[in-house]
Amino acid sequence: MRMKLSIIAGAVALATAMTSAPPPAAAQDSIYIPLFTYRTGPFSGSGIYIAEGMRDYLEMLNQRDGGIGGVKLQLEECETGYDTKKGLECYEAVKDKKPVVINPWSTGITLPLIPRAAVDKIPVLSMAYGLSAAAVGDTFPWIFNPPATYWDGGSMILSYIAGKEGGGPEKLKGRTIGYIYLDAGFGKEPIPLFEQLSKDYGFTLKLYPVAGTEMQNQSSQWLNVRRDKPDYMIMYGWGALQPTAVKEAVKINYPMDKFISIWWPSEDDAAAGGDGSKGFKVLNWHAVGADFPAIADIKKHVTDKNLTQTDKNHIGKVLYNRGIYNSILIAEGIRNAQKLSGKKVVTGEDVRRGLETLNIDAARYKEMGLEGFAGPVKLTCQDHNGHFATYMQEWDGTKWVRLPGELKAMTDKVNPLLEAAAKDYTDKAGNWPKRTEACDKAS
Amino acid sequence: MDLAYKILIDPFMQMGSAPDLLVQTLWEGLVAGVLYSLIALGFVLIFKASGVFNFAQGIMVVFAALTLVGFHQLGVPAFLALGLTITVMLGLAFTVERVMLRPLVNQPDIILFMATFGLTYFLIGFGEFVFGGNPKKMITADLYLPSGAYDIKMFGGFVSLQKIDIAAAVIVSIMVVVLAIFFQKTRIGRALRAVADSHKAALSVGISLNQIWVVVWFAAGIVALVTGIMWGARSEVSFSLQIIALKALPVLILGGFTSIPGAIVGGLIIGIGEKLGEFYWGPLLGSGIESWLAYVIALIFLLFRPQGLFGDKIIERI
Repeated sequence: MRMKLSIIAGAVALATAMTSAPPPAAAQDSIYIPLFTYRTGPFSGSGIYIAEGMRDYLEMLNQRDGGIGGVKLQLEECETGYDTKKGLECYEAVKDKKPVVINPWSTGITLPLIPRAAVDKIPVLSMAYGLSAAAVGDTFPWIFNPPATYWDGGSMILSYIAGKEGGGPEKLKGRTIGYIYLDAGFGKEPIPLFEQLSKDYGFTLKLYPVAGTEMQNQSSQWLNVRRDKPDYMIMYGWGALQPTAVKEAVKINYPMDKFISIWWPSEDDAAAGGDGSKGFKVLNWHAVGADFPAIADIKKHVTDKNLTQTDKNHIGKVLYNRGIYNSILIAEGIRNAQKLSGKKVVTGEDVRRGLETLNIDAARYKEMGLEGFAGPVKLTCQDHNGHFATYMQEWDGTKWVRLPGELKAMTDKVNPLLEAAAKDYTDKAGNWPKRTEACDKAS
Repeated sequence: MDLAYKILIDPFMQMGSAPDLLVQTLWEGLVAGVLYSLIALGFVLIFKASGVFNFAQGIMVVFAALTLVGFHQLGVPAFLALGLTITVMLGLAFTVERVMLRPLVNQPDIILFMATFGLTYFLIGFGEFVFGGNPKKMITADLYLPSGAYDIKMFGGFVSLQKIDIAAAVIVSIMVVVLAIFFQKTRIGRALRAVADSHKAALSVGISLNQIWVVVWFAAGIVALVTGIMWGARSEVSFSLQIIALKALPVLILGGFTSIPGAIVGGLIIGIGEKLGEFYWGPLLGSGIESWLAYVIALIFLLFRPQGLFGDKIIERI
């Protein structure tokens, strides 16, 4: 009996040791791409779609094309739960496996990685999130945040509001604009811009922070909205904050056509308010829907073969396509890196150069089977963001409807503020290294 | 002087000038308070029976709500799904008693407390494995829970009473009365109180500890299910609901860990207090004070009643 127990205990110990051993380092004939995702936890409502789209596109490249430039992509997800601490644990777990790029998918995780990127020689792609000032490529050569920063997005929403009021930003004068946001790094990010623009254009800014623990308990914030009667509401939310905010706005009869969000709400978030949420508006910069050859290839090569956990109903939804967009940037960065370095198996340093010379025009989108999917992206050594235009989409009760016209960032206002913020960042950091990375000709 | 005016005078001027908003704030506080009480009740039931703070109460809320919605998504009619979910919570109570509690009888409380941590992580993993991480919509209409609102004109403005909030207040009140009667007037209730006093003494007079634990964990499971339905209807059914359970902590500090009336009154004080504080004084501190104000209210009460409002005064011989 005792022997039997010893054998069982030994087997358990062996199994534990085997399962807890670190996975093998990236093979020399593949390109290792860790994907920081959150399919669990309070923010999974947003995170699942993105994880699915991001992984499926890269897996499709593996299945259809054998990877990029004939080199397989080695994909590995690390679950962060949108928790900064877990995100940093993921970073520590993957950094020795020579990742070519890190996608933190959280502003909170991005911020501590910014000073480490140059040291570890791993570029960080924080697509339309993270530190807005990281757009300044001369100061942050290892950080990329195309196609628009949170500050660009904020200024676009204000431009849209001014347009609704019948003119330019001067029409904001005397208006009250409410800002409801996740009281974390992400939500606080655009506040300096809003404060500056409220002084410049004479509107009153009202702040409604929502703590992470109160995302599903927002009645106080919306009571304040009812009292303050802001002319427009802007939201920078994530996870459970968004459907709850939509529900609460409907509950207090806030005019939904004046409730405008940065680019993160999903269809589920908008639908949370039922018929009452019709008119809710959200910025976007890429297509919604699955009517693209590349997405057909995802279905053919990945989802139909059950090579993914993706719920087939998610394909083509706004955040699924956002995940695809993120992976387009990764793939094009790698492709560029291969051209620039002449190597097939590229490194993080090569991909940094590849991202810095990113140039996706309409013809390239067509080649990728994504004609009309999104606007062109061209980055330079100086500009790691591009500050590209977006458009407004409106919830019609069942789907997003693209509104005519494009929205451009107030670059005359935003860019000097970004430069100042970048300088302020380096001043506070002390001994911030001067850029030594050469600028490629293609840039 | 200006600050003193903003703290001591202005909020009350606002209350007088817009009484409809005051009534609305009180109503929102009352509804939140009732729901906090419900969460706290789940903790109190288990604490009374075993002296253990059940860290898993939050995830039980999520698990119960996800099970209900999950059955319905499989095509099971809503009320049958409700019945099946109750059965699952009974099964959970049996399993917890058999696998977790029974082997830990007479162990220090901290061991049992740590075991509830383990249960939490098991239920998170198991729940995600079975139901996935996607948020789900609560089946309020299928359960004949009302939607929409009554907008009542008063004081030159209006007060909006959500029908689901009214339903929550009524259902919770009925639940509290039933639970109070069950635990105060029935044989099992008296046995529960005996177990709460001393496991060994209860065992010595023939009370089945195992049976009592199943009963209280099942009752806590039912409370979790109702909590999940009500909070899920206000937002969505997702794993973020477990964070809401943290709201029970200041309620328990205030009301005492062993008192059902304490959970109710504590919940109402915290609910109304934090809504009034956030609405009238919050803007002075940049808003968003709700997340910590509840603890401040609880601590102020503790200064005067360290055992909580209804908690037992502990006198120990030294």
